[in-house]
Amino acid sequence: MSAVEAIRSIVAKHGKLPVDVATLQDDADLYAAGLSSFASVQLMLAIEEHFDIEFPEDRLNRKTFSSIKAIAEVVTELSEDQQAA
Amino acid sequence: MMNIHAHTPNLELTARARRVAAVATSHADSVDRDGRFPAEAVEAMRTERLMGVQIPTAFGGEGASTAEIAEICSILGQACSSSAMVFAMHQIKVSSLVTHGGDDAWHQGFMARVAGEQLLLGSATTEGGIGGNMRNSICAIEVDGDTCRLEKNATVISYGDQADAILITSRSHADAAASDQVLTVFLKDQYTLEKTHVWDALGMRGTCSDGYVFKGEAPAVQILPRPFAEIAAQSMLAHAHILWSAVWYGIAADAFAKAQAFVRAAARKSPDMTPPGALRVAEASSLLQGVKASIVAALEMYEAARENEDKLSSMSFSVAMNNLKIASSQTILTIINHCMLICGILAYKNGTPFSLGRHLRDAHSAQLMISNDRILGNTSNMLLIHKQDTSLLG
Repeated sequence: MSAVEAIRSIVAKHGKLPVDVATLQDDADLYAAGLSSFASVQLMLAIEEHFDIEFPEDRLNRKTFSSIKAIAEVVTELSEDQQAA
Repeated sequence: MMNIHAHTPNLELTARARRVAAVATSHADSVDRDGRFPAEAVEAMRTERLMGVQIPTAFGGEGASTAEIAEICSILGQACSSSAMVFAMHQIKVSSLVTHGGDDAWHQGFMARVAGEQLLLGSATTEGGIGGNMRNSICAIEVDGDTCRLEKNATVISYGDQADAILITSRSHADAAASDQVLTVFLKDQYTLEKTHVWDALGMRGTCSDGYVFKGEAPAVQILPRPFAEIAAQSMLAHAHILWSAVWYGIAADAFAKAQAFVRAAARKSPDMTPPGALRVAEASSLLQGVKASIVAALEMYEAARENEDKLSSMSFSVAMNNLKIASSQTILTIINHCMLICGILAYKNGTPFSLGRHLRDAHSAQLMISNDRILGNTSNMLLIHKQDTSLLG
């Protein structure tokens, strides 16, 4: 499963969105789709667990979780960094 | 007057605030007793040109810093909590205009009107059925060509009758998610208010936080160009928690001044005997310093973050502002209670120089205006992932 697909299924499970995640483009605004700040934390926790990464402080902001694409970019970057470390 | 350092008091501005405070003090008891709008104090704010001080000089204001606005809130809070809270709520709305409306012609013109005509801005962010979470709306704004229309069951609009304009939240369109919100400015002649609840409360009685059904129609350009989620995170969160805390600090500081005067008077009568309340004054002094330090630290943090969108929307910033609100709203109650123990029956009775009933009742609103339990719930959720900075100066 690609990172984007994995993230999609995590968003579907933990994002508590009022819309079907399958209808969202990768770059669709998740906040406009109804992602609450509360659910975004649950999303972060599930993503940390799934990819075995930890979001550093400077990534804990709205931008990181603005779209599936944005999450995938940060996850890819962190996976590379944290595996290299 | 622009961008002066957070700690340099602006003497001219504080002198103007003190003149307003003198007016507010003389009407504070009748505002509280009758649960009426502090009309004299707000008129004095207009006379002293305080409504537009935060607006940039380019649009007719004075470009006052958040620290300067907080100092005014604290000065007014020492005089009349309701007047101070009306001023704080107005300035929180102004901060959203200044932060998010500066690039947009209509909102620039509106800022110039606020400064020029000393307009009072009200806020309608609560709605029946959302369970107190202002980041959700049920009502949706309807944009029809160049016009927008909105109807909202606004369970609280503080000083709704007296506001010259109301900034109101709604979903951004009929199909939008509950959290996909916008903020729109409606001028007084662009809306009607039908009163549904009358504010008759324990304290903060002069804020006249009545409930209304709001119906408005205005040019669509009056919708703020940024999503409300950004406005809430980047200007409202910090301004609300800092300016409210400054008002609450003012209430506690005035109670403390009374308690200290009480003990000093006793000590002067019998210099050889330490008055029984002296120790509690020392204890209250320490608590009051803690509240003050928290506000000053939050002001510094906000000044350092305000030009950086990522910092403002970071969890560390939200946690810090939430923590300020929790700490100041809880601590002022302890301080004022100490002061009541010090002054005894003279504090408990109304109409004495040491009366603290109004202070105590007004201060009880602090834990509830955005419930501390809700804020602690949000913070505890963020702390599942955000690691608190444990350095002293970092």
